[in-house]
Amino acid sequence: MRLKIEKRLVPSAWLKVTVPVCSVLMAFAIGSLFLYFQGVSPLKAYTVMASSAFGSAYDLSETIVKALPLAMVSLATMSCFTMLLWNIGAEGQALMGALAAAAAVRYFPMENPFAMLGLMALFAMLLGGLWSGFAGVLKARWNVNEIISTLMLNYIAIRGLEYFVYGPWRDPASLGFPMTKPFIDSARLPTLWGTRIHLGLYVVLFLTLLMWFLLRRSRWGYEIQVIGSNARAAHYAGMNYERSVVLVMFFSGAIAGLAGMCEVSGLEGRLQAGFTAEYGYTAIIVAWLSHLNPLVSLLVAFLMGALMAGGDALQIMMGLPVATSTILQGLILFFVLGGEFFYKYKISWDGGR
Amino acid sequence: MQGEARTTPLVEMRGITKLFSGVTANDDVDFSVKAGEVHALLGENGAGKSTLMNVLYGLYAPEKGQIFIKGTQRVFRSPKDAIAAGIGMVHQHFMLVQTQTVWENMILGLEGTGFFLPRRKIQDRIAEISEHYGLQIDPSAFVWQLSTGEQQRVAILQMLYRNAEVLILDEPTAVLTPQEAGYLFKTMRRMKEEGHGIVFITHKMHEVMNETSRVTVLRKGRNAGTVMTNETTPEALAEMMMGEKVPIDLFKSPLQPGPELLEVENISVLNDRGLPAVEGLSFCLRPHEILGVAGIAGNGQRELCEAVVGLRAVTEGKIYLQEEDMTHASPRAFIDRGVHYVPSDRKQVGMAADLDVNVNSVLRSYWQAPFSRHGVIDWSSCEEHSRNIIDNYHVSVPSGRTPVRNLSGGNLQKLLLGRELSRDLRVLIAMHPTWGLDIAATRYVREQILCAREQGCAILLVSEDLDELMAMSDRLAVIFKGQFMGVLAEPSAVSFEKIGLMMAGSRASEVLKEEECCHEA
Amino acid sequence: METLTPILAAAVRSGTPILYATLGEILMEKSGITNLGLEGIMLMGALSGFVVTLSTGSPWLGLLFAFLLGGCLGLLHAFLCVSLGSNQVVCGLAMTMFGSGASALMGRNHIGVAISGLHSFPLPGLAELPVLGRVFFNQDAMVYLSFALVVVLYVYLNFTRPGMNLRAIGDNPKAADAMGLPVARLRYFYCIVGSGLVALGGGYMSVVYNKFWAEGMVAGRGWIAVAMVIFALWNPFQAALGAYLFGGVEAFQLRLQTAGTPIPAPLLMMLPYAMTILVLLIIAVGKGRSILLRAPAALGIPFHREERD
Repeated sequence: MRLKIEKRLVPSAWLKVTVPVCSVLMAFAIGSLFLYFQGVSPLKAYTVMASSAFGSAYDLSETIVKALPLAMVSLATMSCFTMLLWNIGAEGQALMGALAAAAAVRYFPMENPFAMLGLMALFAMLLGGLWSGFAGVLKARWNVNEIISTLMLNYIAIRGLEYFVYGPWRDPASLGFPMTKPFIDSARLPTLWGTRIHLGLYVVLFLTLLMWFLLRRSRWGYEIQVIGSNARAAHYAGMNYERSVVLVMFFSGAIAGLAGMCEVSGLEGRLQAGFTAEYGYTAIIVAWLSHLNPLVSLLVAFLMGALMAGGDALQIMMGLPVATSTILQGLILFFVLGGEFFYKYKISWDGGR
Repeated sequence: MQGEARTTPLVEMRGITKLFSGVTANDDVDFSVKAGEVHALLGENGAGKSTLMNVLYGLYAPEKGQIFIKGTQRVFRSPKDAIAAGIGMVHQHFMLVQTQTVWENMILGLEGTGFFLPRRKIQDRIAEISEHYGLQIDPSAFVWQLSTGEQQRVAILQMLYRNAEVLILDEPTAVLTPQEAGYLFKTMRRMKEEGHGIVFITHKMHEVMNETSRVTVLRKGRNAGTVMTNETTPEALAEMMMGEKVPIDLFKSPLQPGPELLEVENISVLNDRGLPAVEGLSFCLRPHEILGVAGIAGNGQRELCEAVVGLRAVTEGKIYLQEEDMTHASPRAFIDRGVHYVPSDRKQVGMAADLDVNVNSVLRSYWQAPFSRHGVIDWSSCEEHSRNIIDNYHVSVPSGRTPVRNLSGGNLQKLLLGRELSRDLRVLIAMHPTWGLDIAATRYVREQILCAREQGCAILLVSEDLDELMAMSDRLAVIFKGQFMGVLAEPSAVSFEKIGLMMAGSRASEVLKEEECCHEA
Repeated sequence: METLTPILAAAVRSGTPILYATLGEILMEKSGITNLGLEGIMLMGALSGFVVTLSTGSPWLGLLFAFLLGGCLGLLHAFLCVSLGSNQVVCGLAMTMFGSGASALMGRNHIGVAISGLHSFPLPGLAELPVLGRVFFNQDAMVYLSFALVVVLYVYLNFTRPGMNLRAIGDNPKAADAMGLPVARLRYFYCIVGSGLVALGGGYMSVVYNKFWAEGMVAGRGWIAVAMVIFALWNPFQAALGAYLFGGVEAFQLRLQTAGTPIPAPLLMMLPYAMTILVLLIIAVGKGRSILLRAPAALGIPFHREERD
């Protein structure tokens, strides 16, 4: 008897569902061990997390508020990942989007909310897109590793934002806190149903459908798929790899930038340091867990948002660090990665002599 | 010879069966190698020759069967075990580390010679072996700087350095010029005299007849028979390879070629390393005509094909398609004007293998109506198109949603050919279209190409199979180092030997008699 | 020179954690495995080193423990990436998340506690050298160990048999396998040792450099180390140069800030990151044709023997 590993010719369909579900369950199981050995009751911690994520209408709305940027940024990274471009700079691109939106408010204030918000969105998408497109140009023209370049651009974006909120744009009335003046009313995305959920919800829903259409139905999506699957075949099919890289990077950065703008305009109402709470990285997990399917990512983003809301609750109610919930994120990802093996391979006991 | 036959063979393989994802690559194969013999392993592409030898070398674990080394049964869990048992293998794609030097490659994976690298000692040993077997090489050169022939020498040395008693050479002559092959045969004879057992994988009949003492023929993964070389004939071996006598009896109708369609004037092209691959080539393609290109692999065939379909930049010269200057046109411009291309790397270049048949069936036409309009893909017409290809070209596949990766070689090629032939077709560039296909698929592909010729397509056919070229070409060009040594107007009137000389770099004017010579490039 | 030497000495000290992490990543990448989880591994190393030092009073035990824990995380990475063939980029991200989360949770009660840690130890004789002595030989033992490590790794990679095998499995695992090298086992080994070194860099942060624990104290150094590997072209000596350069910028900018320069701090702190991109670009543009300067050819690609195309 020995272990026999064979490649599956047809990937199993139901494993596509069971692997993520089991991964989440196992991550929570391992996470509970961590909590237990830290002297924290896992049961209590998970109850706190669950109730603060789904407990009431208000909690649910807060979870959605957290899920919105995650969903949007994961949509942004999806086009890149489909093409096997490892853009992990969505964080920085979102920051730059927020920065650009704040610049629009500061230098071109307008009374008309449509004009104001439109200009903010335009600025945000442009700067986010350029921020990412720059890494795209480096990749396309000189084959500079995009993982490193987008990552470094994240740090530069963080420092750039700090420069403005600590320096020239700081609100004198902020008592020394690193933040700008509150935006004028026309620069605020309206909120819905008396909750903190803002108009960004519709933007996310629209973008999800758009992204699904682009990736699955459009000629551009076709090219992205082929390039991601086999760059040599793409060349043979007359596709321009370099141009596609720059374009996809720009596009992805633009959406991330828009996400940053929605966040400051819909939620914070001003630009301040550290507002993204590393959405950019969590969104990568969302994109990966949803198998790069825009429709699925909506659901995954919601669950991730719940996890983050739960993390906040752990801090407030149990005095644990917010980062506690990132253990669970990491573990889920580990299990999903491991589970993909079973998705691709079949394991059986070989009864040979 | 008679006496040796009774001694225990160096290697004996019994009943070897090897499956790949359920597909049988070797089926109950017996095979043996004796000391002091060159044993040819003959068979078509895909007959299971390399698989069988990889089993012997410990790379693949067989599902069934036993291996005996000098009479003792052994189980090889990895090449390490096989090497320790005195088995050495020179793969078709040499197992060398490009970024390391020759001497470093020599001791790769070897144990028990100390922690630090005894460079001087190793180099002395290399010098000793290379002199003994006539394998000249600079031990301090980096592998990536060496020519293919030199790399092969390194790979052989690597095995001799490990004291391999049995040496497996996997199609060693496919990448060599006839002269280089001559040196290799000299080395093989030398090794034979030393008492090594040599397995020589090939599908070239004359090499089998001249250089080996025994032949085993594999057909579709099964042993079709083992015979002494001096007791058989090429015809008999061919029959064993194919199962039945299949001469290429294609019906090629005599057709009058049309006016010049694709004209190539003095083009030069660089290879991936930026070195000249094609230098000052000129030719034309005409409707109803096949121009064959013969030559040893790596003499600029691929670069030539890619340049002619717009996939590779032309550094000098001009390409015209019906008077239109296409020298710097995009690949798409070529496709839109009916120039299609069947590349030799079907899976690596011709298909996005992870994606399904529907996606791949429009790979080179997805931007055209009806497959996409206003930037939107119309999947239903793509599906219809792929169903048409599947039906018309007899592609055996469960559905259009099956990933291309799961198709067999023959079906993949049918799909590819169907895709390239099914659209508006004026020029076809085909490279090794029958490589690795079984007899039925080979015949089918050839018929389809001839059918395209009938319908007025101008065809460039690159192949390494001279029989195929002779049977199909209306004119035959011989390429060497990126240049045509000559273009034969009456290929069947010229002997294989003379074409062979041209493949090795002799000009047509030097080789051919006045009346055979048509015109030189 | 008088004003510069303290800055240079500080550069070496603050470059040391990056150097350890870079050397660890070089080992892994040479074997063909990318590990982007350095940030998480360093944090775990920093926390474990600190906790063990705190409870045993021995900084050496703390550092040893950091190394071992890092090895365990490397084992996890190797299991996923070598045995299961998972995507190495995503796996690294998971490692980063897991490491930062777990270290934050487990270290929450240790914030604000100080340890005496490891003290500097001037090397007799060498420390008196002008400038050089002050900069390089008036440091702690872990800095000297990193010097030795640079030399040892360089020799190991270029002049020893196992080092040569290591280069082979990263460049052409197929050939290495055909020559009888146990590719998977070796990749496991280098993943474990490499991650151990990375965690040692983290341990240096908490046990030697800061002598306290703070959540997220590695502050992006893990990511910088990833970039440093490319900057160094997988050469240990260049890795040292890069690490000290970054340490220098950090030290320099601290001085400038305290001196009240007109340049705002955030802009100065951009410098290391901008420099990395610039260096990547310079290398990429000026790479030329030599394949010896390229990344290990099989980097990031899982290897399975019987897989056929």
